[in-house]
Amino acid sequence: MLRVQSEPFDAGAELNAFTAAATGAGAVVSFTGVVRGDNGLSVMEIEHYPGMTEAAIAAIIDEATARFGLSDALVIHRYGPLAVGEPIMMVATAARHRALAFQGAEFLMDYLKSRAPFWKKEDGGQWVQAKDEDEDALARWQD
Amino acid sequence: MLTVLYFAWVRERIGLPREKVTTDAATVADLVAELSARDEAHALAFADLKSLRVAVDQKLTSFDAPLAGAREVAFFPPMTGG
Repeated sequence: MLRVQSEPFDAGAELNAFTAAATGAGAVVSFTGVVRGDNGLSVMEIEHYPGMTEAAIAAIIDEATARFGLSDALVIHRYGPLAVGEPIMMVATAARHRALAFQGAEFLMDYLKSRAPFWKKEDGGQWVQAKDEDEDALARWQD
Repeated sequence: MLTVLYFAWVRERIGLPREKVTTDAATVADLVAELSARDEAHALAFADLKSLRVAVDQKLTSFDAPLAGAREVAFFPPMTGG
């Protein structure tokens, strides 16, 4: 399940709904990314590529689901102007056991970071640069 | 007719979010060469291909990818999702 939206979302309510629907799973893991108030940042603007964004996230979810045997996976990612402290995105995974749910969530996060077409801009000025370590993080899944 | 899209600083540097292009370019690299020859803004945006990524018909690919049958090409910096 995936949603790309500008509106805020309630991570707690999303997680509760996801967990309630995850019948048969013994483990649910979730991660929420929040706008960090570094260096006096007040607004993070997120641009994306409508169409490709949804297709890329769907492909990442399919890969994670197959690889870790997830019974369900959720990705919500926002775009537009976001204030410090607001949730940017969340992932949730459900699996029979916790190791696969954790790994599935980490895999989703690593791929969303550098393979989903989003770009972040700080306070209408600098574009956030991709880090080498984000690319390196994908290497551990290539085996 | 090809739709060319630009995102993030590539869009800002070129000054357009998208443009329609009539081209016989065989590959993405050929298209980049054509666009770069248009004006300084394009030339500047495409000056360092290592800092750019490209998608053809919404799939991430490389600069030597063929354009036969393609409808949409997008240029953008490395992605910063999550």
